[in-house]
Amino acid sequence: MSTVAVRPATMAQALTRALRDAMAADDSVHVLGEDVGALGGVFRVTDGLAEEFGEDRCTDTPLAEAGILGTAVGMAMYGLRPVVEMQFDAFAYPAFEQLVSHVSRMRNRTRGAMPLPLTVRVPYGGGIGGVEHHSDSSEAYYMATPGLHVVTPATVADAYGLLRAAIASDDPVVFLEPKRLYWSKDSWNPEDPAPVEPIGRAVVRRSGRSATLITYGPSVAVCMEAAEAARAEGWDLEVVDLRSLVPFDDETVCASVRRTGRAVVVHESGSFGGPGGEIAARVTERCFHHLEAPVLRVAGFDVPYPPPMLERHHLPGVDRILDAVGRLQWEAES
Amino acid sequence: MTVMDQRGAYRPSPPPAWQPRTDPAPLLPDPEPYRVLGTEAAGQADPELLRTLYAHLVRGRRYNTQATALTKQGRLAVYPSSTGQEACEVAAALALKEQDWLFPSYRDTLAVVARGVDPVQALTLLRGDWHTGYDPREHRVAPLCTPLATQLPHAVGLAHAARLKGDDVVALAMVGDGGTSEGDFHEALNFAAVWQAPVVFLVQNNGFAISVPLAKQTAAPSLAHKAVGYGMPGRLVDGNDAAAVHEVLTEAVRHARAGGGPTLVEAITYRVDAHTNADDATRYRENAEVETWREHDPILLLERELTARGLIDEDGMRAAREDAEAMAADLRARMHQDPVLDPMDLFDHVYAEPTPQLREERAQLRAELEAEAEAGPAPRPEGALR
Ligand SMILES: Cc1ncc(C[n+]2csc(CCOP(=O)(O)OP(=O)(O)O)c2C)c(N)n1
Repeated sequence: MSTVAVRPATMAQALTRALRDAMAADDSVHVLGEDVGALGGVFRVTDGLAEEFGEDRCTDTPLAEAGILGTAVGMAMYGLRPVVEMQFDAFAYPAFEQLVSHVSRMRNRTRGAMPLPLTVRVPYGGGIGGVEHHSDSSEAYYMATPGLHVVTPATVADAYGLLRAAIASDDPVVFLEPKRLYWSKDSWNPEDPAPVEPIGRAVVRRSGRSATLITYGPSVAVCMEAAEAARAEGWDLEVVDLRSLVPFDDETVCASVRRTGRAVVVHESGSFGGPGGEIAARVTERCFHHLEAPVLRVAGFDVPYPPPMLERHHLPGVDRILDAVGRLQWEAES
Repeated sequence: MTVMDQRGAYRPSPPPAWQPRTDPAPLLPDPEPYRVLGTEAAGQADPELLRTLYAHLVRGRRYNTQATALTKQGRLAVYPSSTGQEACEVAAALALKEQDWLFPSYRDTLAVVARGVDPVQALTLLRGDWHTGYDPREHRVAPLCTPLATQLPHAVGLAHAARLKGDDVVALAMVGDGGTSEGDFHEALNFAAVWQAPVVFLVQNNGFAISVPLAKQTAAPSLAHKAVGYGMPGRLVDGNDAAAVHEVLTEAVRHARAGGGPTLVEAITYRVDAHTNADDATRYRENAEVETWREHDPILLLERELTARGLIDEDGMRAAREDAEAMAADLRARMHQDPVLDPMDLFDHVYAEPTPQLREERAQLRAELEAEAEAGPAPRPEGALR
């Protein structure tokens, strides 16, 4: 092994690097969106791309999300690989029509003749003190739309690997970027980034024997912290980072739950009709005889995303997770 | 039925009864933005109106600098300043009658305050204690709208409904230059024209949508030209000339009130501050450009007119500044008090009657808070995450 420098990098930097490498490797990769040029995006993820690849490859579009995604559909139909940036979660909604009516089903309606290799990058989730419409967790809408891949990184290395994989994918990928992790740092080697993994594999971030926390994106770090705190209570928690919501890695998740016999699903979006319901059902269907307790959910409340001064009450935190872990003992008590 | 034209392309032939609804010429905006200050037209302007506009401009500017200072002190999450655009804000509010409605975007706090909303309540969205701090019905001001252009169809619907009910109500909807690219802008203008709804659309063209200059936003000769395609008049006005904006808007409001239908007004102005305090404007524009616009400052323009015509003296100007200073001091003092928040508010206004699920979640949070209170003050500050 060569001695490559592993140094701290932010998730935003890893994403930029992934875009740059993808554009350098393949002329057909084009970036478009609002403020992606001179400004480098409001989160600076597209920083320097217009300078390096020109404005035809990294394009400031007019301010119109339906137009951005709709034209990306046409570009992809003609053989390009567009990567579009939606500025914030709630501002992707004008593009929903394109996403649901066209992006997700183009392959299907053309019997495979016209795949759409495009990536929709959406900064999502709360915890940054954003004003109204800047903190939505919209993954359930995307998950409910057949034909889309839905992925979300929780680490700097995954941000790079998953974005490369998303751009390389021959299917449309909704790439959800946890806003509050943009500036989180990990040791990561920008000179020799990890090989691109295919989309669809979950990873065990921490192994344990007492119960499994199933989570993704912004909640992974919270679950890791909860797992540490749980040691004091005698709980040895396993943390599974899904990385990909669609396709869903039943194998990794169920293998973990079969080992531990207990599971809690943790995410920021609301619990009613949210991703946790689907995940809990799948786990129950596949691991029923291994379960010592019902699969629990710890999620955001079922309210419109609150104003920043109240968001800490809304977001699932360590205490709420530990509380749910405590409730997993019910079998033993009865 | 189609006919082949000489170049071989297919063109639809018009249906026999088809007539253009209007001659487009009167709908077209003047090639030059309309101005009052510094022109002969200024002589006709009502001195009292000019002085009122001036007082509002000075207050507005002070409000902008105060709110910006509050972001630096961590009292506001963010503030999109309208420094340089105060004339549009003031004229918008003053062109309306009490029964009329305003549909503002996130940048239009000054217009909202000029409508009589408490300056502190107008800032709750940006402070982060609640999304909308005022009762929209009380002042006939819709919530400050963050998703771009989505408030425009609301304005059309409200104005239409009022007219169906026989009420004398005009809606004024404000949008930025970038917002005119959104699909909702198109749909709103089209509905308004087809329904002849009493609406005025005011585009504050401040040169940029965050970092993107107008040239990358539209290829139209002006944003006001867009009106023609919908069948409504387009008007172009100098957005830094408070008297001109007020006159054009008042005329558009009058036209709407009289049943003449909607108007699209483009006010040409400039965003002197960055998009918000979180934006780095040096990445996309030269400081020299900003300086040029400072010479065309709305307060300066009006001050020059008032002084030249002897309508204001040093005392008058000082009085305006003192009034603005008092407003700022009050704003500062009240914004430095921590808002009293009840986390239970989270559940109280989701539905008229909370669902069983919300009742459960409410009980869960209450139990958590009680446990927290028992355990003593939480070690983490409000807003921090675990
Ligand atoms: C639908 C939607 N897309 C993106 C955004 C993010 N955003 C907020 S302000 C802004 C620029 C708006 O520019 P403009 O309409 O010219 O208004 P200005 O801010 O200059 O007043 C953008 C892109 C948004 N608020 N809504």
